Amino acid sequence: MSRFNKDSVSGTVIVALAVCLVCSIIVSGAAVILKPTQKVNSVLNVKQNILRAANLITGPVTAQEVEEKFSLVTPRIVDLETGEYVDPSVVGVAEAINYDQFRAAKDPQFSKALAGSEDIAGIKRRERYATVYTIENEGQIDRVILPVRGYGLWSTLYGFLALEGDANTVVGFGFYEHAETPGLGGEVDNPNWISQWPGKKIYDLEEGAEPKIHLVKGGVRANDPEANYGVDALAGATLTSRGITNLLHFWLGEQGFQKYLEQIRSGEASNG
Amino acid sequence: MAEVTAKKVLFEPIFNNNPITLQIIGICSALAVTTSLQLSIVMAVAVSLVAAFSSFAIALIRSQIPNSVRIIVQMTIIASLVIVVDQVLKAYAYEVSKQLSVFVGLIITNCIVMGRAEAFAMQNSPVMSFLDGIGNGLGYGVVLVFVGFVRELLGSGKLLGVEILPLVNDGGWYVPNGLLLLPPSAFFIIGLMIWGMRTWKKSQVEAPDYKPAAHKVKEAF
Repeated sequence: MSRFNKDSVSGTVIVALAVCLVCSIIVSGAAVILKPTQKVNSVLNVKQNILRAANLITGPVTAQEVEEKFSLVTPRIVDLETGEYVDPSVVGVAEAINYDQFRAAKDPQFSKALAGSEDIAGIKRRERYATVYTIENEGQIDRVILPVRGYGLWSTLYGFLALEGDANTVVGFGFYEHAETPGLGGEVDNPNWISQWPGKKIYDLEEGAEPKIHLVKGGVRANDPEANYGVDALAGATLTSRGITNLLHFWLGEQGFQKYLEQIRSGEASNG
Repeated sequence: MAEVTAKKVLFEPIFNNNPITLQIIGICSALAVTTSLQLSIVMAVAVSLVAAFSSFAIALIRSQIPNSVRIIVQMTIIASLVIVVDQVLKAYAYEVSKQLSVFVGLIITNCIVMGRAEAFAMQNSPVMSFLDGIGNGLGYGVVLVFVGFVRELLGSGKLLGVEILPLVNDGGWYVPNGLLLLPPSAFFIIGLMIWGMRTWKKSQVEAPDYKPAAHKVKEAF
């Protein structure tokens, strides 16, 4: 047999294929083996973000503390069409915490396509059932944490909005996953920006049912009568800021949790 | 490099032939991830491991790699290792991997890894190449850790998240220098380091590219 000529066309192809094969085995092996541990981490991360939005934890925490505090939180499933709680069996899971609403949003049976004018958050499809997290005190809702998402400039931002028991005052707001420009839109993670949210109001209940909260370009002026509904927009990130206003309006509007929040205000949100 | 000894390949890159201060490569990630000491250390370890194992693998198959596609083959090996490192970080150091975000992936384009593969691993034995990768990773790490140390200490008054200089905001006396948390400060610190290194080791000073000729023609009155 003649000596293997690495620089011939066939030699090049063979070596390239062999390298690709070995590398792909290594990469997919690592991905498959590490998947369970990563999954645990990302579930923990979501829990941690729920707690952070609800202002139950601040600063660095251990996994154990997160689990401990999370026992105060009750996950529930809400029918966005009626605003009422439904049994987890409706969405085919035993426990509400196991329901994956992002997967449901892709399933035609459990979601609907949004028309262009409805789809202000840029999410294309909306699931019928959403998970909410409540913190209850003697049967009264003390805080409610809503998952929100919507398109910014480059990416869909995933976050949690926590409201007081009046279903109108913000307790906290934050995103746990996004890919906006670091330093511009990425400043949604900046603690200074996040710290503006607590105390802001969502709706002007005397005026109407439409959410009024929005980001204000150039900053909120203290003497503005609307100051309660405004949060400073992110400097240099007009489209991310617009995306955040839109996603809040979507999820707090009639396509989102509006009916559910009305039920909380009228004290009708029952254990369904 | 005339002769290749284990000691030489391992320790030369730390001060005598440092990839950042002498060769001025790998600057991009050195600017981006050095806001805290912890990130610097994780990044340095990640780069060292990728450099070491990719050099090892490339040296192992160096006589089989076809010349026409050698850069692509090197890239494929480096990229695979970077993905593995990224996956491991996501599994075991989730917080850190979130903070490092894209910069782990960008190790692929780190000139140090690529440079060592092309310049050293293609001509040397696997074990030597492995040590060379570790050595260059250490050289990179020394700079990163130093920059991270200065930036975290003066920028946020902490080291590895532990408070060293009590901040004014928390009732202490230290007013943090916010500039040190921004990328330009890493330029200043690396610049000062290079100055220091070249004052210490005169042989690293580069000869001037050109010398202005003496002015002879009278142009102005």
